[in-house]
Amino acid sequence: MSAIPVSPGAENWELPYRGKVAMLSLITAESAIFTIFVVGYIFYLGKDISGPTPRQVLDIPVFNTICLLSSSVTIWLSERQIERGRIKEFAALWALTLALGVEFLIGTGLEWKKLIAGGLTIRTNLFGTTFYSLVGLHATHVVIGAVGLALILIFTLTGHINESHTERIQTFALYWHFVDAVWVVVFTVVYIVGR
Amino acid sequence: MADHSIPIGGSLDVTPQERERLPLLDRLHEWVVTVDHKRLGILYVLYSLFFMAVAGAEALSMRIQLAVPNNHFLQPEIYDQFFTMHGTTMVFLVGMPILFGIANYIVPLQIGARDMAFPRLNAFSFWLTAFGGILLYWSYIGGFGLYGMGNAPDVGWWAYAPLSSKPFSIGPTIDYWALALIVSGFGTLGAAINIIATTLSMRCKGMTLLRMPLFVWLMLVVSALTLITITPLTAAQAMLLLDRNLGAHFFDAQAGGSALLWIHFFWIFGHPEVYVLVLPVFGIANEIIPVFSRKAIFGYPAMVAASVGIAFVSLGVWAHHMFTVGMSSVSNTFFVLSTMLVGIPTGIKIFNWLATIWGGKVRFQTPMLFCIAFLFQFLIAGLTGIMLSVAPWDWQLHNSYFVIAHFHYVLVGAIVFNIFAAVYYWFPKVTGKMLSETLGKWHFWLFLIGFHLTFDTMHFVGLMGMPRSIYTYEANRGWGHLNFIISVGAFIQGIAVLIFFWNVIHSLRKGKEAGNDPWDAWTLEWATPSPPPAYNFASDPVVHSRRPLWDIKHPDDPDWKYES
Repeated sequence: MSAIPVSPGAENWELPYRGKVAMLSLITAESAIFTIFVVGYIFYLGKDISGPTPRQVLDIPVFNTICLLSSSVTIWLSERQIERGRIKEFAALWALTLALGVEFLIGTGLEWKKLIAGGLTIRTNLFGTTFYSLVGLHATHVVIGAVGLALILIFTLTGHINESHTERIQTFALYWHFVDAVWVVVFTVVYIVGR
Repeated sequence: MADHSIPIGGSLDVTPQERERLPLLDRLHEWVVTVDHKRLGILYVLYSLFFMAVAGAEALSMRIQLAVPNNHFLQPEIYDQFFTMHGTTMVFLVGMPILFGIANYIVPLQIGARDMAFPRLNAFSFWLTAFGGILLYWSYIGGFGLYGMGNAPDVGWWAYAPLSSKPFSIGPTIDYWALALIVSGFGTLGAAINIIATTLSMRCKGMTLLRMPLFVWLMLVVSALTLITITPLTAAQAMLLLDRNLGAHFFDAQAGGSALLWIHFFWIFGHPEVYVLVLPVFGIANEIIPVFSRKAIFGYPAMVAASVGIAFVSLGVWAHHMFTVGMSSVSNTFFVLSTMLVGIPTGIKIFNWLATIWGGKVRFQTPMLFCIAFLFQFLIAGLTGIMLSVAPWDWQLHNSYFVIAHFHYVLVGAIVFNIFAAVYYWFPKVTGKMLSETLGKWHFWLFLIGFHLTFDTMHFVGLMGMPRSIYTYEANRGWGHLNFIISVGAFIQGIAVLIFFWNVIHSLRKGKEAGNDPWDAWTLEWATPSPPPAYNFASDPVVHSRRPLWDIKHPDDPDWKYES
């Protein structure tokens, strides 16, 4: 092999981190799933043949939204802490992220409880069908994200996480950012455009 | 190991490969728990070949039923189940798994990697796909519960609403169908993510994106396309399950829902799906045609660009399946034009393959024969595709046998032919044994004759007005003789496939030793022993051009001098 001169590009051979590539691929795929549900929601806006309508029953979940969106900030801050090896600060911010995510889920649960008590279920009308499936799909993703956050928190508290895991933590954080970004779309479609 | 190939320095392991033979149960266990991309690739291919036999038998039963007018070989309900299961099986349990399986085996070898990026995800994906297939066929037993008569989905592979809704499809068969496709869809998604991460992050030193073998390129494009193709189906299936089991109203017209929405969602998946199946076989042609023409591929950058172009265009053509549902003329025009647009990048590819063969020293061995047939048949399939893209022509022939003939020309004439080419081409690498050329030629010629008897003739009965999915027809329609010819052709194809299976079994036991590089090829997989050891390369290879083995075999005239 020594006879063949090394061609340019072979000396500094660096390829993207496979975890991030995979996570971005997964996010692309998930985006397509959400797109179909969002299209379904918009397509059926105002096509109900019976009540209730979104304006009659939906309240804008301001507090919930603030919680979920700020969890993106806290997870970003915690990524910076793990980069520098500050495990305690990382754990605190990570736990805060988890708490904000759980708060969002509780908020959604309470909202659904009120709606169901008011007589809106998935079988009531097209609004119920599309609302519960779209918001439920998002909430499912928050649940998966929260489980992941909790697992990493447990690993951190038991001393299994250090700065060498930065890239993996950041990869997981990408997923959480995605879940938050989807909420911006869902929020806009369901609570602003659709109401 | 005595052959003419020259291994990449240090990449061959000289320690003997012979291992003590384990007891059968232990060997089986090894295969079940394996995370080796090569073994998983083999499992994918075997799994698909099994279902190819099953779905082939379903097709042959349908051809017996249609061979003569007023036939009652099958009951009508069974006939409906067979054409539904034939389509679903061939697309989801044969086409995709066999192509992803071949990719699983070949991609890491071609890019000089030791395994896929995520070996455990790889195994998980395979088993999801496998359980999806079992779930689909389980509906034959569990459709009405074990105590009742078996049942299977009978709503066509497109499962249009409202036929697929609860009132019209009682019992859980459609739920089996939807769940099976969601499960195997997740498997496919895992495989696609894995291939993307592997090609982007695991390439050996020197293998820049524009030095990747074209098969790897095509699999990268296909996997990216899969991400946004399979998922709409998953979403639509979830909606269908919600409708059927929780009383939602997505596709329920009585509550204001729309059956049309399902058709849109299905074809948003369904059309790009064709490209998910056909792009990998373009990749196979890209590997085989140059090697058997003894020339480097013509227009490599154009091939890459055309592949990416096809993937993009394929996302905007789905409603050409829907010209008859009554869209606006603006929509019709858009989808006519976008569909015709596909002809441009595919045309580039056909001309590049022809230019590769042109002036080459062509070796007409079995893999090349299948590829040449592919070229002609794919051209015809493309031409009937352009015909059907013209909306008025489609209004006349929609859901006729002309359409069936067109898409089988793609699925069989292009895809199955090239899958066979790939098996003949890579079988020596996978097993260390050559497939028999004699049996291979029998297989090829019989399959070719059978294919043309069946699918050429289908165009004519289609033009004569025979609709698809019909159980039987009256004698005075004048379709009888042609249908008989179609059925004869189907059985000739069946015999050819049996010869293929025999060839595989026979060659495994008594085939000629292959050596490392039986075709005098140029990509990295041929630098490993046959079969490759678990770790593929003893030391990481370094490449300097698109044809690393050419550089080593011809140090006086290496490729990297000419590639820029």
